[in-house]
Amino acid sequence: MKAPAFDYAKPAHLAEAFALLARYGDEAKLLAGGQSLLAALNLRLSEPSLLIDLSCIDALRGITLVGSKLRIGALTTHTAIESSPLVAQHAPLLTLAAPHIAHRAIRNLGTIGGSIAYADPAAEWPTCALALDAAIVVASASGERRVAAADFFQGLYQTDLQPGEIVSAVEVPVRAPHQWCQFSELARRHGDYAIVGLAAVAVRQANTLTQARLVLLGVGAVPLRAHAAEQLIEGKALSPARVDQAVDALRDSITPVADLTSSAETKRHLAGVLLKRILSPVVSGV
Amino acid sequence: MSSNRRNLPPVTGHDRYIGTSASRPNAARLTEGRGTYVDDIELPQMVHVAYWRSPAPHARITRIDADFARLMPGVVAVVDGAEMAKVCKPWVATLSHMVGMKSAPQYPLAMGTARWQGEPVVAVVAQTRAQAEDALQYLVVEWEPLPAVVDTETALDATTPVIHPELGDNRCFTRTLDTGGVDEAFARADAVAEITFQFGRHTGVTLEPRCQISDYNPSEKRLTVYHSQQAPHMMQDLYSRQFDLPESQIRVVCKDVGGSFGIKVHAYPDDFATVALSIMLGRPVKFVADRLESFTSDIHARQHRVTGRIAAAKSGDILAFEIDDLTGIGPYSMFPRTSAIEGNQVVNLVGGPYRHQQYRARLNVVFQNKTPTCQYRGVGHPIACAVTEALVDAVANTLETDPLQLRRQNVIPDDAYPCAGISGIKFEGLSHQACLDKITAMMDYPALRREQSELRQRGVFRGIGFAALIELTNPSAAFYGVGGARISAQDGATIRLEPTGAVTVMVGVGEQGQGAEGIFAQIAADAVGVPMSAVRVVTGDTDVTPYGGGTWASRGAGIGGEAVLLAGQALQQNILALAAAILKRDAGTLELVDASIIDATSREAVMALSELGRIAYFRPDTLPPGVAGELMVTRHYAQRDYPFIFTNGVQASLVEVDVDTGFVTLLKHWVVEDCGRVINPMLVDEQMRGAIVQGIGGALYEECLYDDDGLLQNGNMADYLLPMAAEMPDIDVAHIETPTRSSKLGAKGAGEAGTAGAPAAVMNAINDALRPFKASVYSQPITPEKILRALGKV
Ligand SMILES: Cc1cc2nc3c(=O)[nH]c(=O)nc-3n(C[C@H](O)[C@H](O)[C@H](O)COP(=O)(O)OP(=O)(O)OC[C@H]3O[C@@H](n4cnc5c(N)ncnc54)[C@H](O)[C@@H]3O)c2cc1C
Repeated sequence: MKAPAFDYAKPAHLAEAFALLARYGDEAKLLAGGQSLLAALNLRLSEPSLLIDLSCIDALRGITLVGSKLRIGALTTHTAIESSPLVAQHAPLLTLAAPHIAHRAIRNLGTIGGSIAYADPAAEWPTCALALDAAIVVASASGERRVAAADFFQGLYQTDLQPGEIVSAVEVPVRAPHQWCQFSELARRHGDYAIVGLAAVAVRQANTLTQARLVLLGVGAVPLRAHAAEQLIEGKALSPARVDQAVDALRDSITPVADLTSSAETKRHLAGVLLKRILSPVVSGV
Repeated sequence: MSSNRRNLPPVTGHDRYIGTSASRPNAARLTEGRGTYVDDIELPQMVHVAYWRSPAPHARITRIDADFARLMPGVVAVVDGAEMAKVCKPWVATLSHMVGMKSAPQYPLAMGTARWQGEPVVAVVAQTRAQAEDALQYLVVEWEPLPAVVDTETALDATTPVIHPELGDNRCFTRTLDTGGVDEAFARADAVAEITFQFGRHTGVTLEPRCQISDYNPSEKRLTVYHSQQAPHMMQDLYSRQFDLPESQIRVVCKDVGGSFGIKVHAYPDDFATVALSIMLGRPVKFVADRLESFTSDIHARQHRVTGRIAAAKSGDILAFEIDDLTGIGPYSMFPRTSAIEGNQVVNLVGGPYRHQQYRARLNVVFQNKTPTCQYRGVGHPIACAVTEALVDAVANTLETDPLQLRRQNVIPDDAYPCAGISGIKFEGLSHQACLDKITAMMDYPALRREQSELRQRGVFRGIGFAALIELTNPSAAFYGVGGARISAQDGATIRLEPTGAVTVMVGVGEQGQGAEGIFAQIAADAVGVPMSAVRVVTGDTDVTPYGGGTWASRGAGIGGEAVLLAGQALQQNILALAAAILKRDAGTLELVDASIIDATSREAVMALSELGRIAYFRPDTLPPGVAGELMVTRHYAQRDYPFIFTNGVQASLVEVDVDTGFVTLLKHWVVEDCGRVINPMLVDEQMRGAIVQGIGGALYEECLYDDDGLLQNGNMADYLLPMAAEMPDIDVAHIETPTRSSKLGAKGAGEAGTAGAPAAVMNAINDALRPFKASVYSQPITPEKILRALGKV
């Protein structure tokens, strides 16, 4: 199908973008990499009268180390994150997760800001943001505010983003010493949104994990922390039996939403398999 | 691995191109993006149509209000079914040799009742497609839902609504076949296996969607249709009949076609609607299906539930097969090939490679309120092969016999031909034994089995699956013609010598990306005796090419290629006769090699072909009296020796199943195929690989998922999973060449066998991997969830 007609603006500065947002309100849509938005337009699921192309706004670009935070500009592409040495050093979870996002051609265009704003429940960046306790930096005409990932994702494709606001960056706390992180997901074809995925971050000492944050993708309307499993493993030496307990706790604690070919039951089972596979290497302590 | 073509004697005096992987002349044009697809064509005055399609599986249309739509910018016309029916006659898609088959009259646009989600109901024509889509949003169509027939299992129940009350019930076609002695064979069998199979409805997804420009010129009363189609002459005939135009007033042009797979060999309601609009408006109308409407309006295929049984003796001899096939085809049989062929093929083909003596089959083809189904690459073969080969594996397992050994013991031996298969199909010459021997060596089967058992100890579950198969190619008129369908079984080729010595070849069989024009150039070059660079091939234009059937049933090389060969050899004879007259020599002392007329004994050039062309065309006054050059020759070929020329082959798949997740990794695929003479090993290999990948799509990924209300849930490329390169295994291809004697060329078809065998091989490999758990999956596509269920994990 063909997208309905729309006007197009390409501001060079955030202030211009805010002015356009103020003028057009609901009628305007921000355009970043276009990898989700353009498909929605062609399907006529969305019919904005103005597209505000963010791609020339330098303030939204770049990966920089700011104190104890790694700031990733909203326009940073998935590919740029995947190949960034700074990211590999300070937020290796993102490096692990990036190759799972779509295909190279899409990663070359799609942006972290777009992914965070779009808030697909099976998307990798929202899940990693929650696992890393990242802050979403949101800019508007009245300045910047920071929203914890845990508060930002509110429902299916729903975020805390208010009218007139733009996601300007994602700020990730830099990796603590002994930070252990893992990312794993199950997709029938590489590059598809996964059936389920799991991002795990903790402080590891031998076979013990503390401050574990286990976040599932694809099971609910938003990235889902597996609190029950986290509590079971917190600070305990991991044994095969304890891993099994954590897996059971995880399965008991979630009510996955079925997709077209995987029932809630299957997703529940698979989430447990992912957890077991991520934790099992920790048991041996090496 | 490529073929050893020196196994076969040459076709022409001196094969230079036949049997080689010559690169195809159209490759550069297509890869450089300079092809001409329908959507590339812009005509003066052209307008665009978008169709309002039924959003419901079964609905009574109560009101169509186009007033607002007509006010939208650019809108030229809004047309409904009743108006269009004044221009285009309805059709009923049945074949007389499918005894008892029935279907209902179908119109270009639904007349009052829509019978599947996606059926075109109203046409909106505008200056651009975007404007037509804008206007669609202002078209008001009111409708009431009617009860939908969704489940094939209950389609024939007395309580199920009848989709076409005038037909009496929801049965399109039924067939039984019984050799007799089946019950007795099962009674005396030492091993019996019974399996119920489910095959998911899927479709052939072409890179270029269905599209068409209809250009009716009222001043000449002449219709030109640019079409992404496989059978231009068939469409010419259908347009002629449905619109009451003489066929000489209709030209169908198929330029580059971006994939077809059978999807583009049918006549769709929107094909007729677009032509009707052009006639009504007196100007060109373009229709390009978008991906969303492709999923609900392109034909689907392969929805079958088959219960199958096999009986075998302790000795390992297969005694009998029995099947019961239920297939749902949508609300109409598809025009003009009909939707009963697929099920009919299943009946014909089950058990096909083997020499058992008893067979019973029952087929029910039923109507339902879903997208119509029809012939898609492989037509029935993937179902028949999966059923047969899974049953063979099951009984091998019961008998504790190696599955490859059981096949070797039961295939019809290579020295038994010609003979008939159990369903009555006739085989000219097959090579099952040679293929099995070759694949055993290729894959190093004993080593793989050793590795499999070692890995099992370590909790790694690999499986090896085989599929022996037969494939129907080079059809005679038995397929459609005898049933009254005006689909040409013959094909023609015209070859013209140009004055410079170049040749132009016009063939009824066209090109959809598979390289048909490439092999025609190879054959023509060898048959005439010119370099391939001097050959130009023209296809896909009913004004230009000889009459022909086009591309379907793997007939392009075997039938189109033979016509090219015959025409080329006849032209060479004419050239040599003319050269003899000019040179005042006996034609028998001359040969034409590499565009040069040479002395057959001394091998020395006596006259360049360009010199002969110059004399023939520009100085005929210098020719001896009574001598004229006939330098344009047409030959036709129809395969009349057998109903079909069967090919055969064997495939093997190696998979690893993750028994915790149900995920399958395809590690390797092997195929040995026998398509008779291999004209171009590279093209045959790539046909095999592409077709195998399409077969894997059906086995693991592709399914048109409907909900209980009959609504398609995954009609887009994100949710309808096509096989993608990352998941595909390496595919090793090898050839055995058993040429058919029904033609000089000896080529059989190669386009579909890959699709026929892959689902069986992969399914058998998965079940082989699951064997230690006594688990099995017979429902395709085989999803991780189905495997987990079989393992009892969910
Ligand atoms: C075939 C395919 C497969 C895919 N697979 C995956 C996958 O496996 N995992 C995954 O995570 N994603 C996947 N994607 C989506 C892809 O990652 C997108 O790039 C991403 O979701 C959106 O980023 P974008 O920059 O393209 O945003 P756009 O498409 O431009 O915008 C998306 C939405 O976000 C809004 N938006 C964009 N930028 C901002 C901003 N700075 N502030 C506020 N709002 C903004 C837009 O208005 C729009 O509503 C896939 C896409 C395709 C086409």
